[in-house]
Amino acid sequence: MDFTNIFVILLSSILVNNFVMSRFLGCCPFLGVSKKINTALGMGAAVTFVMSLASVITYLVQYFVLEPLGVAYLQTIAFILVIAALVQLVEMVIQKMSPSLYKALGVYLPLITTNCAVLGVAILNINEHYNLLESLVNGFGGAVGFTLAIVLFAGIREKLEYSDIPQPLQGFPIALITAGLMSIAFLGFQGMI
Amino acid sequence: MKEKETAKPTSIAGKIIKNGIIDENPTFRLVLGMCPTLAVTTAVSNALGMGAAATFVLICSNMVIALLRNFIPAKVRIPAYVVIIAAFVTIVQLLMKAFLPALDSALGIFIPLIVVNCIILGRAEAFASKNQVVPSILDGLGMGIGFTLALTLIATIREILGNGTFLGISLFGPGYPPALIMILAPGGFITLGLLLGLINKIMKKKA
Repeated sequence: MDFTNIFVILLSSILVNNFVMSRFLGCCPFLGVSKKINTALGMGAAVTFVMSLASVITYLVQYFVLEPLGVAYLQTIAFILVIAALVQLVEMVIQKMSPSLYKALGVYLPLITTNCAVLGVAILNINEHYNLLESLVNGFGGAVGFTLAIVLFAGIREKLEYSDIPQPLQGFPIALITAGLMSIAFLGFQGMI
Repeated sequence: MKEKETAKPTSIAGKIIKNGIIDENPTFRLVLGMCPTLAVTTAVSNALGMGAAATFVLICSNMVIALLRNFIPAKVRIPAYVVIIAAFVTIVQLLMKAFLPALDSALGIFIPLIVVNCIILGRAEAFASKNQVVPSILDGLGMGIGFTLALTLIATIREILGNGTFLGISLFGPGYPPALIMILAPGGFITLGLLLGLINKIMKKKA
């Protein structure tokens, strides 16, 4: 186990190649569920949970099911089904184990199936030939990066509510321009690795 | 939309297609499918490729879902739709790998990610599951064209400003210093934001 390698993957997925800011994965929830800091945190937590789990499970599916059977071309279908089933399962488990957590995350869980960051990280892990631990770290780091971006963004949007914005730019347009400026800030991490 | 003035069925067809291109343009009016919109619009050729792939999947999945709409139980409809969409995405993926390898590597993981493009699932749920086959195909076509046009418009702006080229052809000669930021991530967000604002303004004046 090479510790530096793991650390580089973690740092890269959180800051340098931030999923939202430089890879454009997970933009829909990023723009949709970022009006309040609390909801953004809830979404981030739910995504972190599912993405870490999904990285591990899709890795196992790829190397222990699809490749031995010689059906690697079914990757897309298999992964999206695994993720959809996983989200459903997580939802049921949380509902039974911790009703309070379910109350907090409940509404966000079904949305995660169509969050392209989850399917994206699964495919990226396979494309980069990561091993199991590296996949897990990449999934977890990517989700932490997503949470970081969405929470920061929600903080800015809460302030935007009270600003005097030209009428045609209200809502989505100003949100996108704000995201663009944030993305410039994230470009600053580019030289780090 | 030449067929608009002729017989009635064709005028309905024209209306469905126009709805996808203008009134409910998936990118500019519904603000769906943001991830591919921002990611692949660094060059016009990528935008056209992505638009064509998404249009194909939209038409096919709308058609199959409209055909099966009375057989799929309501409770499992979303997983069923996702599987149908994923099947067509896999077809696109394999075709593109075989015949357009350059485009395939340029679009990268955004080809498999068409599965989770909200436009496609959104149209399946909002249109194809409630309408007959032919209107559903037309809806897919209209939405697909609308998506492609939006992607191409954004890509044109970003490629010209960020690279000084259009479809790879140099426009301003070698003396032009390209605004690199436009083809990096921030350029995508800012271009789309300003375009949305502009379109809001135009629509407001019309209404």
